[in-house]
Order: sequence, then C-alpha cells, then structure tokens
Amino acid sequence: MRIAILTGVAAILALAAPASAEISGDAVKLGVLNDMSSLYADISGAGSVEAARMAIADFGGTVNGKKIELISADHQNKPDVGSAIANQWFDNDGVDAIVDVPTSSVALAVQQIARTKGKVFLISGAASSDLTGKACSPTSVHWTYDTVALANGTGSAVVKAGGDTWFFLTADYAFGHALERDTSKVVEASGGKVVGKVRAPLNTADFSSFLLQAQASKAKIIGLANAGGDTINSIKQAGEFGIVEGGQNLAGLLVFITDIHSLGLQAAHGLQLTEAFYWDQNDQTRAWSKRFLDKMKREPSMVQAGVYGAVTHYLNAIKATGSDDGPTVVKQMKVMPVNDFMTKNGKIREDGRLVRDMYLFEVKAPSESKGAWDYYKQIAVIPGEEAFKLPGPNECPLVKG
Amino acid sequence: MFDFIHLTIPPAPALFAQLLVGLINGAFYAMLSLGLAVIFGLLNIINFAHGAQYMLGAFCAWFLLNTLGIGYWPALVLAPLIVGVVGIAIERLFLRHIYRLDPLYGLLLTFGLALIIEGVFRQQYGSSGQPYAIPPELRGGRNLGFMFLPNYRAWVIIVSLAVCLATWFTIERTRLGAYLRAATENPVLVQAFGINVPRMITLTYGTGVALAALAGVMAAPIYQVSPLMGSNIIIVVFAVVVIGGMGSILGAIVSGFTLGLVEGLTKVFYPEASNTVIFVIMALVLLVKPAGFFGQAR
Amino acid sequence: MSRGGDAGRILTAVLIVLALAAPFVFYPVFVMEALCFALFACAFNLLIGYVGLLSFGHAAFFGSAAYITAHTVKVWGLPPELGILAGVAVAAILGTAFGWLAIRRQGIYFAMITLALAQMIYFVALQVPFTHGEDGIQAVPRGRLFGVIDLDDTLTMYYFVLAVFLLGFSLIVRTINSPFGQVIKAIRENEPRAVSLGYHADHYKLVVFILSAALSGLAGSLKSLVFQLASLTDVEWTMSGWVVLMTLVGGLGTVLGPVVGAFFLVAMQHYLAQLGSWVTVVQGVIFIFCVLVFRRGIVGLIATYAVPRLRTQAREPSAVGDAAARGTP
Repeated sequence: MRIAILTGVAAILALAAPASAEISGDAVKLGVLNDMSSLYADISGAGSVEAARMAIADFGGTVNGKKIELISADHQNKPDVGSAIANQWFDNDGVDAIVDVPTSSVALAVQQIARTKGKVFLISGAASSDLTGKACSPTSVHWTYDTVALANGTGSAVVKAGGDTWFFLTADYAFGHALERDTSKVVEASGGKVVGKVRAPLNTADFSSFLLQAQASKAKIIGLANAGGDTINSIKQAGEFGIVEGGQNLAGLLVFITDIHSLGLQAAHGLQLTEAFYWDQNDQTRAWSKRFLDKMKREPSMVQAGVYGAVTHYLNAIKATGSDDGPTVVKQMKVMPVNDFMTKNGKIREDGRLVRDMYLFEVKAPSESKGAWDYYKQIAVIPGEEAFKLPGPNECPLVKG
Repeated sequence: MFDFIHLTIPPAPALFAQLLVGLINGAFYAMLSLGLAVIFGLLNIINFAHGAQYMLGAFCAWFLLNTLGIGYWPALVLAPLIVGVVGIAIERLFLRHIYRLDPLYGLLLTFGLALIIEGVFRQQYGSSGQPYAIPPELRGGRNLGFMFLPNYRAWVIIVSLAVCLATWFTIERTRLGAYLRAATENPVLVQAFGINVPRMITLTYGTGVALAALAGVMAAPIYQVSPLMGSNIIIVVFAVVVIGGMGSILGAIVSGFTLGLVEGLTKVFYPEASNTVIFVIMALVLLVKPAGFFGQAR
Repeated sequence: MSRGGDAGRILTAVLIVLALAAPFVFYPVFVMEALCFALFACAFNLLIGYVGLLSFGHAAFFGSAAYITAHTVKVWGLPPELGILAGVAVAAILGTAFGWLAIRRQGIYFAMITLALAQMIYFVALQVPFTHGEDGIQAVPRGRLFGVIDLDDTLTMYYFVLAVFLLGFSLIVRTINSPFGQVIKAIRENEPRAVSLGYHADHYKLVVFILSAALSGLAGSLKSLVFQLASLTDVEWTMSGWVVLMTLVGGLGTVLGPVVGAFFLVAMQHYLAQLGSWVTVVQGVIFIFCVLVFRRGIVGLIATYAVPRLRTQAREPSAVGDAAARGTP
C-alpha cells in the first residue's frame, strides 16, 4: 500500500516538473477581486472588470494559443472574505492572477496567499506602500499608485506652493494613520511644519467638531488623511463652516474623481489632489476613456485604467516567456518597460512597484467646467522617480543592499 | 498603552464652540430617537428599521429634487408623508402579525426589513452617496465670536426643538395622546369605548417613521445621502433611547441632546472614543437604572 | 440525544459519516468554516434556547478568542493547542465579566447590555496595537498540533476541526441532558418556582453564560487557525446578528438547529457571493420569513412534524420573552 502511494506521489512530482515552462490548466485565468457593493465600488467594482475585459479583447483573447478567461468577485472590503475567495480561486478554480483589490488590509492578506502559492497579484486599487515595503512579494506588481506617491505629490507640491503649516484630520484606522505618517514626513522634509492632528473614528458622519479644532489651530493647510465617505463628508462640511473663506485650504490625500462627482464642484472646487490618471489629459486617454464611458456610462477612475494597463503588461510578459508561472512572469514584467495610454516609460522596480509619473490636479470651479466629469485642471507633473522616492531605506527583503 | 488619551484642555471659547456643535448633533439624535421612542412606547415594537427609514427620507428628498425638481422646503413635508405611507404599509403587511409575540421578534423582523431596504438601495446607488445642496436661503452663516455658526445648523436646532416639543405635547397633553397612551395599557377597553385601536396603532407607526424620514431630509444637505447612512447611526440612536428610557418621549428628547453634548466633549478630549462613549453610558445606565432616566419599568 | 433513542443514534451516525466524507466532496475550507460557525451557533443557542436570554454581543467572545489565538500562535510561537486554550480562557474570563454584569437583567435590556459591552470590546480591538486594526492579524501559522501533527495540510486540519467541533457539540448535549440541564430548563419554565425550591437561578444562568462564551471562544479560535486570519469582522455587531440569524433559521432551542442554520447560511453566503448587495437583501428576507412564518426553524419544523420521536426540546420559542413578560426589567 505504501509503495503504491509513494509511486503515485513520485509520478505526480515527475509530471509537475516540466509544468513550469508551460501554461497551466490550458488557459490563462484572471480573477478581478474588488469591492462591488460598498465604499470602493465606484472606483473599482464592475468598472475594473470591464477594463480587464477590454485589455483581454484588445490583446486578442488568446495568448500563445491558450484562451484567456476572466472571473470576478466581491470582497466586501473584508480580509476574511478576500482571503477565502483568493484561496478558493487559487486552489480550486485554476486562477493564475488576481487583479485589483482595493482596501489595503485585504490586499495584504491576498498578497500573502499569492506569495505562498506562487501566483501573480496585480494590484491596482490598494494604496499601502507596505505592499512593496516590508510585505513585498516576488509575485506581485503594485501598479497604479501608493501612499508614498500621494504623500510626495500632494504633500511636497502644496508645501512648495506656500502651505507650510499643516493640521491633519485623520481617520482612526491603520490606513489613515499610515497616510498621515507618510505625508507628515514629506511635509517636514519639504520645510513645512505639522501643528496639530485629530483622529476621527471611521465612518464619522459629522466632522464639525474636528473642523472647529482645525480652524482653531490656524494651520494654513488641513490635510485630510481619510478616504471614501469620510473624505466626502469632511469636504462638504468644511464648505459649510467656511474653512476656505476663512483662509485655510484643504488638501485631500486620497481623493478620486468619483468622490468629486459625488460632492459636486460647488463643494469641492479648489481642492488639490494627486492622481495617476485623468480621462481628459490627452488624445490617448480620451480615446480609451470614451470606450469605457460607452460601456459603463461613467468616466474611468485611475484604478480602472490601471487594471487595463496591468493586465495588458501581464499578458505581454506571458507571451514573451511562454509560461504563466508566477515568479517567472513577474520577473519578465520587471524587465519590460511599460508603455500604454496611461503610463509612458514606466519601469517596475525590484520590489514590485511600478514607477510612473503622477499628476497634481486642482478641482475646477463650477464656472470653469463644461459638463459632467470635467472636473480637473492639471497643475503639475510629478516625475516617477520623484513621486515614488522612499522617505527612508527600502524595507523590502527582495531589494539587495 | 494608554498614551492614546489626550487631555489638553482647549481655551474656553473653543470649548463653547464644541458644546454648541455637540448640541446640534444632539438635535439630530433627539429627532431620530423621538420616532423610535414613540413606536416603542406606544406599540412595544423595537423598530430596527428606523435607520433605514431615515435613509429613505434623505433619498426621497434627493429623488424629489433630482427627478421632479421639488426643492428642500416642499420636501420637508412631502418626504415624511411618502415614507410615512411606506411605514403604514409595513405595519399592515408585517408588524400586525407579531404584536402578540415577544418584542424581540419585532426587533428581528425590523432588522430584516432594514437589511432589505439597505441592500436594495446599495445595489441601485452604490455607496458613495449623492450630493444634495443646502437650500440657498440657509447658506452661509454668522460669526458668533467664539465660532462661525452655519445658518443651516442653527436651523436644525430650531426645527428639532419644535418637532420634539410638538410631539411631546401631542402625546402627553392632548386627547389624542391620551387615547394612544390608554390603548397601550389596555387596548381592549379602549376599543370598547368605540375608538379604532388598530387604525390608531397603524397611524402611530406611520408617524414614528415619518419623524425618522424628517430627520433624514434635515440630514441630506449636510451629511452624504448614502444607503449606509442609516446603519451607521441606528445603534447610536438605540443607545440614546435606552438611556432616556424606552417608553419615554421626554427621556428620548433630553437624552438625545445630552448625549450629543457628551459626544461633542469626547471629540475634544478623546476623539477616537467618540463613537463608543455612548455605549459606555448605555451599559452603565442599564446596570444602575435599567428603565432609563425617565422610563417606567415595564 | 436523550429521547431520540434509536432514531437519534442512527441520525448521529449518518451525520458523522457524512462529515468524515465531506472534504472529498466539498471544498474543505468551506466545510471547516461552516463547522466553526456551527459551533458558534450551538454555543449561542445554549443561552437563548435553554435559558431564554437573547445576547446581541456574542461576537465579543468569538472575536477576542480569535485575536488571542492568532497573536499567541503567531507572535509568541505557541503550538496551536495552547493557542486555542489561551483563546478559550480569555473568552471565558470575558464571559464571566459580561455575564455577571448582564444576568441581572432580562429580555431587551439584557440584549442591549450585551450589545453595549460588545461595542466596547470592538473599540478596544480597534485601538490596541496588537490587533493591527482593520488589517487584522494575518498569516497566522497553523503550526504542528502537539508538536507532531502538521496542520498546514488541509485534510488534517479538517479532521482536527471536526474533532474539536464534535467535542464541543457533545459537551453541549451532555450539559443539556444532565441534572444541571434539568435545573436550567426548570428555571426557564418557571423561575420563581425554581427559586422557591432552593436553586440560585442567577448562579445557574451565569454558569450557562460562561459556558456559552467559552465555546463561542473555541469557535473563534478555530476560525482564526482555519483562515489564518483574525480581523475586526469577528468582533463587529453584525457578527452577533449573523449568529442570531443562524440559530433562528435552524431552530431556536433545538439541538441540531444551529448546526443546520450555520451550514445553510454559510453555503448561501458562498453561492450568492457574486450577487453583491443582493446577499444582504436575501438575508433580510430570510429574517422576515423566519419571524413571520418559520419561527421553529428548519430543525424545529422537521422535529415537530416529520419525526415525532425526535421531538426533543422543540417548542414554540416564545420562551425568549417570558422573562420580560414577567415584568422584571
């Protein structure tokens, strides 16, 4: 009995050996895992699935003769749900790469699983710089943006423009703290000063008390280290309390075009923010966004545009190496430069971070806007090297030296 | 580990400003808990769908504005009426059948209703929320010296006080209120007097729901109109009602305003705990005086 | 299964065989998840089905045990069995504290106190550094059971989870059918009479509360090892609502009800996952359906109508409110 088992095991191992130079399971299967029903459904959600579909269609639907398949699921912003789906997808459903995953806590959990199983993880939605820092993985690529870029972008640009005293309104959870910490470092390194901070519980509806504290601090800039509904509420109520009229300015550290759409230009105009993409930047972005708009009835967010870019680059890497083995493909992705409608001359760093240009935008006044989604004017380009420059030594174990 | 407690005491004018802001929040809590207290006090139903009905009020106002062009002022009356009718439908279809059961079943049923209402709206509208502007007449504010008070916030306090007083007066001092209170104690006897008790009960539930919807319309210009707005606030409102005393209208009003103040102060001294302080108080009150400050033991 | 007799024993045997074969038919992680929640629901059912107290704060025990086990196993390097013991111990201590505070009240007030206390635990879980806030404790190693059995293998882990579940479940059944259980039932039926007979009702209720809390903690500890993750979802009040729903659907006060309810709802959550927000709507519909039409739950219904011999403790679960109706707040 034991001999039979051992022989069987040996046979399986023997069969498994050459698999590394082949495409497993006779198809390349991608899984888009994001928030479909809650906070981040608008910046990722069904739009990311559509972006991935567009990328597959533009690529031709097959790679090296094998079909490309796409599935999707909702992780509800919960690490348990996300890891359960990731495990099932990798173990049972033959998924080769998971794409998107907004919400850093879920992304960290999925990255761990992908790393253990040697599968690819293309991150577009999540923001935490830990994904390419102390939690980095050889099978992950962090595509669109991260907290370091947001801090370097908004933080240093605002300080240079004269906003040198800051008061932070932070959402009291790990991500909010990280955002506040990263931006504080950049502010201080650029010659500014952090004069105060307050931590509001997550999902606070009423910010009046915190805004009063911010007003009392007399800081020139109120940094909003929060996201989603909290950001929208704090901007809206800042308008009510006459923060901007009183001489202070708001700096949104994590703001998406969908948030501005939700707020309306009346409430949001003048806000400065950093994003990786805007649909109206040039002809290429406009062309791609029009295709997206026709399908989804809304303009794409940077997360959704990033999904397209990441999937395309991944498929190109598979074509080049002939295999869909995780570490091999990602290594190839790091070798090839990235050039698409959203990214020009991007390069993926050893730790998995795609280094690309970021853009500082300012929200237009209602009079300057020609219609729906015409919200941003581009103030500055932040070159990739500068945007993703780490404040300290790189904590990723993959980076030598 | 305890370094998260900050005890810097701000100067007096700033403290004053915080208290006023806390009072404004308290006005919302009072209006919301009023509906809940009316429903529990008179019907013995724990209306867990109250948060969802608050959200319905806000969405109704948004819908009226965006689709029918009906502005804020008419919406203040229309939205509560519409949602009140929905409430009556709920009472007729579902709640009627469980009066004879334990109130906890009412809680579970209305919890289920809340899940349905929120799920449907989330599916339809996502959760980023819809914009709803402050009506032009109420924009801007005045500088009170110690703070800049937005006009809309002042309006909230005025409306809330008016509604609370009107409701309290109706229930405690008018004949209709007397009938309602009598019907709670002894429905059979009151019915024998020729008063249509079931209809009164239906209308009472509808009124409680309408109060929630009114709070929703008031909230729409300053908070985001989102399907999640109800579930975020519902357990806080519950705590308020429990602390005030589950059957007591006056208790709900007083504890609503008081807890708004307490929350406001917590936001100054220990902001991270501002969501939780109400539960600490609720636990203490339940242990010491479970009927709440103004409630009667049932 | 006392009065079930032969039918009961056959049913048990069949279920155990099914459970042993399950990982070869279904995705094992899914069955493990269902078993953890089944244990949680059974523990919760002890309190509501046999004492008549609806707790809205059981997530506090489930979640804090999950965190403790995750932390001790990952950071302190304890072997899994000690990690689980640590989690259960903490849950039992919490249960003693909560129970002592809450037992004095009944009905809706009891529910509200447990909710308030659980919210405070949520806040502590959010603030305390070792839980890592919304990231949770991730990459929890499963370790080697007793230093020998490698739990990283899914099949081995499954049988371990099944063994622990059966242990917990049989503990519950034994408790219900023991003299202690008889006293509890007497207290539920008519507390003043039980007191007049010399039983300290509050002490008995407290013991059941602590047992319920400890077993909920056991479920939480298991879950953190199965998923290798402990997060805020485990201590949120929606988790408390979830276990109420499981027990309600399965049948309050029945022995197998919570297990059936747990499997049903975990399955539903998995298979409806791609529907997004519709899952919430379906849950709401189930709640309403159960309250209006289906108060006995699945097992209660079967027990009452289909297999009369198995009518164990299936009764109209209005016992939930009898205490409140007696007028003591």
